Amino acid sequence: MATLIKERRVVANPPSPDAGEVIRLEPADDPASVADRLAGAARVEVNFPKFGDGRGFSIARLLRERYGYKGELRAVGQVARDHLYYMEQCGFDAYLLRDGEDVAEALAAFDDYSEAYQSTVAQPIPLFRRRGTP
Amino acid sequence: MYLYDEIDQRMVDERVAQFRGQTRRFLEGKLSEEEFRALRLRNGLYIQRYAPMLRIAIPYGLLSSRQLRKFADITRRYDRGYGHFSTRQNLQLNWPKLQEVPDILAELASVQMHAIQTSGNCVRNTTTDHFAGVAADEIVDSFVWCELIRQWSTFNPEFTFLPRKFKIAVNGAVHDRAAVAVHDIGLHAVKNEQGEVGFKVLVGGGLGRTPMIGAEIRSFLPWRHLLTYLDAILRVYNRYGRRDNIHKARIKILVKERGAEKFRQEVEAEWAHLKDGPATVIEEEVKRIASRFTRPKYEKLRDIEFPYAVGFSEWKKRNVHKHKVPGYAAVTLSLKKTGVPPGDVTSDQMDAIADLAERYSFGELRVSHEQNLILADVRQADLEALWKQARALGLATPNIGLITNIIACPGGDFCALANAKSIPVAQALQERFDDLDYQHDIGEIDLNISGCMNACGHHHVGHIGILGVDKNGEEWYQIEVGGNQGNTHRSGPGAGLGKVLGPSFARAEVPDVVEKLIQTYIENRDSEAERFIEVVHRIGIEPFKTAVYGNADQRAARRREPAVA
Repeated sequence: MATLIKERRVVANPPSPDAGEVIRLEPADDPASVADRLAGAARVEVNFPKFGDGRGFSIARLLRERYGYKGELRAVGQVARDHLYYMEQCGFDAYLLRDGEDVAEALAAFDDYSEAYQSTVAQPIPLFRRRGTP
Repeated sequence: MYLYDEIDQRMVDERVAQFRGQTRRFLEGKLSEEEFRALRLRNGLYIQRYAPMLRIAIPYGLLSSRQLRKFADITRRYDRGYGHFSTRQNLQLNWPKLQEVPDILAELASVQMHAIQTSGNCVRNTTTDHFAGVAADEIVDSFVWCELIRQWSTFNPEFTFLPRKFKIAVNGAVHDRAAVAVHDIGLHAVKNEQGEVGFKVLVGGGLGRTPMIGAEIRSFLPWRHLLTYLDAILRVYNRYGRRDNIHKARIKILVKERGAEKFRQEVEAEWAHLKDGPATVIEEEVKRIASRFTRPKYEKLRDIEFPYAVGFSEWKKRNVHKHKVPGYAAVTLSLKKTGVPPGDVTSDQMDAIADLAERYSFGELRVSHEQNLILADVRQADLEALWKQARALGLATPNIGLITNIIACPGGDFCALANAKSIPVAQALQERFDDLDYQHDIGEIDLNISGCMNACGHHHVGHIGILGVDKNGEEWYQIEVGGNQGNTHRSGPGAGLGKVLGPSFARAEVPDVVEKLIQTYIENRDSEAERFIEVVHRIGIEPFKTAVYGNADQRAARRREPAVA
């Protein structure tokens, strides 16, 4: 059984979905196509069919930053420890780990980096606007 | 040098810890071969023909003597006493042990260095003009913009799993010494009529299997918008770049398939959402970065006239370059001595070069994409002393811009991708043209060699380009003529790609063929002032073909004959 992490915690017994639609996006899907359904969605799932397919990172940012989605954004598919830090920066808050992932290792991944240079969903103000003058 | 602050340092340290964990998980069998591959490549670690290869980043080619000493130390302790400077201004180690790579990265981090994103499908080391900051034709100091881009690209969460590798080049001077037209994104600094700094933006250039010259999608991008515009380009590429075929996954294919105008419209539409957002660059940051670069404290000096002196004058003519500050000069230490693989430096030479940099050039040096080292801030009064010491180290070959200053990838001697060897071809050509008078008579010419179509040796933009090809398991060499990396030293033909001359040759034939090309050039030039590339542009490649393969009738007759086994 694949492990679900939500807001950096393991969800032992995933509750059955609340009322509302579960929207699932594949890498080639355009988030604009579901923009008007986001308000009533129980969650949005973005699929990562391959370890190296990074389209879902852009999809997540668009959902959060352009279409204002505030609900659960779950990464599913080939979700590995090595993606988690980047996924969180791009706006995911839930992750269905692929089979075989070490859960303790995965939870540690969120702390791989203590800071990001860029403007991200997790921290929209880029580091260069927070460093202050020299 | 850009000096890290605490945050920059912490990120590099955290990367070492992360990679140590990834290596451990791989060795414990928790990561598959393929997945570890995607991760180790992001740290510059390849598994090569005989051993792993580690590519160390030298951001925009700028290096301190302290860092070079660390390379000397690392290549002695973890490798076989030498390293190879690549055409992307990086340093490659050919014999590290997989399990020791995390230790090597920790050593590098101790001198503010790393191997972050030197390979893999992510944004690579940003490259620039090796005369940045000292060139007389400077528009902006490109190092500052390269560092801004380095920070933006480092662990960029959205663009870490791109369809394919992504290379950005920045040129800050009038002349393009960064080959911006053959990069995924080329940024050429310009000033508008109001004197404001911005960038001309080229997209979709590149070498490799499908060489292309980049398309201009913006003639003037104000500097404030640099990062949001890069975000827009990368987002369009990340979403729509092809992922079904590795050979069609570079951004150049997307630009070509969509057409440059359609691609430009998509980028502009995306940018409309990002423009003026939080990633808009602020003046304070540009100043902060600029202030973290160490700067030479120049003395007030005058330019010096040197009387002719045997040896020194030839070296000065080829290897010493004009500096924007009176009394100073930039010096190229040639890594192209005949008999030495282009770009290779021993550990002892590294230590000695670090000494030279400290003694004569404020403790800094640069790596050029032509695989040489530059001391950028030498007092003219020190040139003669520097020349003598460089000569004793085998680093004063007066061949910069000449035919023996060959760019070559490591080729089949080291690289698992190569179809053919590069180094022996380079050596045979250096031997053939070893006579200095002959080299000077031939004049300025770029001769580039790649061991396969991935084009690490930039053969497409050599005035003469040589490509190793595989025919039924044998090594053959295809020859191109007329490529050009851009207006590097003076005006003339712009960036362009070479044309294949004809059927390929066995390795032993290559020096004779190149000699025929050179003879054809010499016979056809107006004067010594007309360079090889200018003659090719004026008369076309037909006379070169004729010299090598015979005239059109003879070639047609040969095609009708049955092939000889």
